[in-house]
Amino acid sequence: MSDDKLLEIKDLSIHYFTEEGIVRAVNNVQLSLRRGETLGLVGETGAGKTTTALGIMGLVPDPPGRVVSGEILFGGRDLLRLNKGQMRRHRGKDISMIFQDPMTSLNPIMTMGDQIAEVIRLHEKLSRADANRKAAQVLEMVGIPAQRMNEYPHQFSGGMKQRVVIAIALACNPQLIIADEPTTALDVTIQAQVLELMSQLQSELHTSMLIITHDLGVVADSCQSVAIMYAGRIVESGRIEDIYEDTKHPYTKGLFSSLPSLSTKVKRLKPILGLMPDPANLPAGCPFHPRCDSCMPICTELDPQDTGLGNGHMVRCHLYGQHDAGEDLA
Amino acid sequence: MLRYIAKRLLTMIPVLIGISFIIFVLMYFTPGDPAEMLLGDLATPEQVDALREELGLNDGFFQRYFNYMKGLLKGDLGKSYVSKMPVWDEIATRLPVTARVAFLVAIFAVLIGIPIGILSAVRQYSFIDSITRVFALLGITMPSFWLALLLVLLFSVQLGWLPPSGLYGPIYYIMPILSISAVSIATITRTARSSMLEVIRQDYVRTARAKGQYERVVLFRHALLNAMIPILTIIGIQFAGGLGGAVVNEQVFAIPGLGKLMVDAIKARNYPLIQGSVLVLAVLQSVVNLVVDILYAFVDPRIRSQYSRKVGKKAPKLAVAAAAASDEAAATTLEGGDI
Repeated sequence: MSDDKLLEIKDLSIHYFTEEGIVRAVNNVQLSLRRGETLGLVGETGAGKTTTALGIMGLVPDPPGRVVSGEILFGGRDLLRLNKGQMRRHRGKDISMIFQDPMTSLNPIMTMGDQIAEVIRLHEKLSRADANRKAAQVLEMVGIPAQRMNEYPHQFSGGMKQRVVIAIALACNPQLIIADEPTTALDVTIQAQVLELMSQLQSELHTSMLIITHDLGVVADSCQSVAIMYAGRIVESGRIEDIYEDTKHPYTKGLFSSLPSLSTKVKRLKPILGLMPDPANLPAGCPFHPRCDSCMPICTELDPQDTGLGNGHMVRCHLYGQHDAGEDLA
Repeated sequence: MLRYIAKRLLTMIPVLIGISFIIFVLMYFTPGDPAEMLLGDLATPEQVDALREELGLNDGFFQRYFNYMKGLLKGDLGKSYVSKMPVWDEIATRLPVTARVAFLVAIFAVLIGIPIGILSAVRQYSFIDSITRVFALLGITMPSFWLALLLVLLFSVQLGWLPPSGLYGPIYYIMPILSISAVSIATITRTARSSMLEVIRQDYVRTARAKGQYERVVLFRHALLNAMIPILTIIGIQFAGGLGGAVVNEQVFAIPGLGKLMVDAIKARNYPLIQGSVLVLAVLQSVVNLVVDILYAFVDPRIRSQYSRKVGKKAPKLAVAAAAASDEAAATTLEGGDI
């Protein structure tokens, strides 16, 4: 069982140490991802999704950020124990990342071909000519004619740039791709194209993928499992059917009821009231309790622990805690 | 690209006409009589008047301007009132000295300023950064002649290691270069620091790291090249300013350069020499600006594609910004040259 786990994050905490105080961006996060699987990491802006991803990449800006505790096991090796050189050799080769904003993620003064060939030459012993040839292939793979190799980012549209960003991420056939809101900056038609491209390439290359998004539609389309993040914690995670059909955590329920549905007619969408707490100043107890409909006295005092519900479904809520507040609640 | 350069060279003509007019008007209204100064206190009014007549100073404003422009169009900058030599020859003997110093100062300032600026940006808020910022502030605010005098006091008077004045060998260049370059080093350091700080936070720098690129390459190929535009601008301004001669420092070190020539000319109300030097400086400034703009194009493909666009299309934003930067630079030198 544990053999096919490509990525396993245990108890990861990443804090930013600023002059205003300690920002607890990621707190005791547990995540695991099997080979070939796609995991969706869902949460509001500021929930710590990107910081988690940067943690895996070893790219948390330091200062002010620091991994405070935890393990990130990648193929059984703890990435946090690697030295800088070892981590550098993993980046781009075994783990690569697709960034949120294609407009700013490409170097404006390098040709597209050079930017793709750069990652190839770093990790594969190829001559310049061979690397360029491979870069051309990768570019064709994401649907851009190879003749455009020598053009610069400003000559490309947003969707085309995102394709190049994806090409860079795929160039060395990584085992894991982290896609940080890969479609947020794109318009809806292009979003669909890019998502389709990503899932098609993923199935061809058998890559595992971690998709960070706040779009539950994207998750339903392309993920096998999902983790819901709130205030730096994973509040609920599991297989996608379990989460979507058997939603447990009040926050996850809130997320779903704030979505419009095509099948049932709803007069009014129900937003989750209130705002996400400031990660520099988290409330005591469960960080969601000020916004929670099912808040109990214990929630204001004690931070809940992970509770397994079987079949890999985990929830972090006192409703399902050891004291069994009631299985059928809500 | 060639078309762009030709266009820029043509636009220099109205600039030069404007500058020659302004400097002529300024000289015309400046109090003081060159004839009196040349002849000294013992001269009789008749002698003075005869010399004024000879120099053409008794003509009206328009007549004098007309004569001056007629000479200019023929490439004749006139003759110095004092030495009776052609102004062009006077400048030609002095300019190489100043240019050599300016060139050495620029190289020295770039070699010191850019690396320190980068280091300071990469280690923002560290001890090194704080020290750098303090020294950069000092370098900008400290008058360079004062630094020159302090250097002379220390190295010539106290220690006797370096000659205090003149320019007769490599060792003579040390103190002038140190004192003149302080401002340039400080300015370039500050620009390099702020420009790098802006760039190293960019997403594409993170992309480069995510590729597994070596930190060294990330900093130089991805960050520094993108940070180069403002740094190039500042280097251009500093270098062009240096060509105007470190006016005061050339006095301190008795360097026979353009700055000293101009100060002497101004003291003697030597109109042709003043006008000629300012004009030559204006040409040099424009050329430096043009070179800087061409360097932009080498660094940044976006600017390159705009230069190669057909003339007549709407002026692109970046080129306008670049042009504004050069205008600013021209204004800076004029102030400097005009004392």
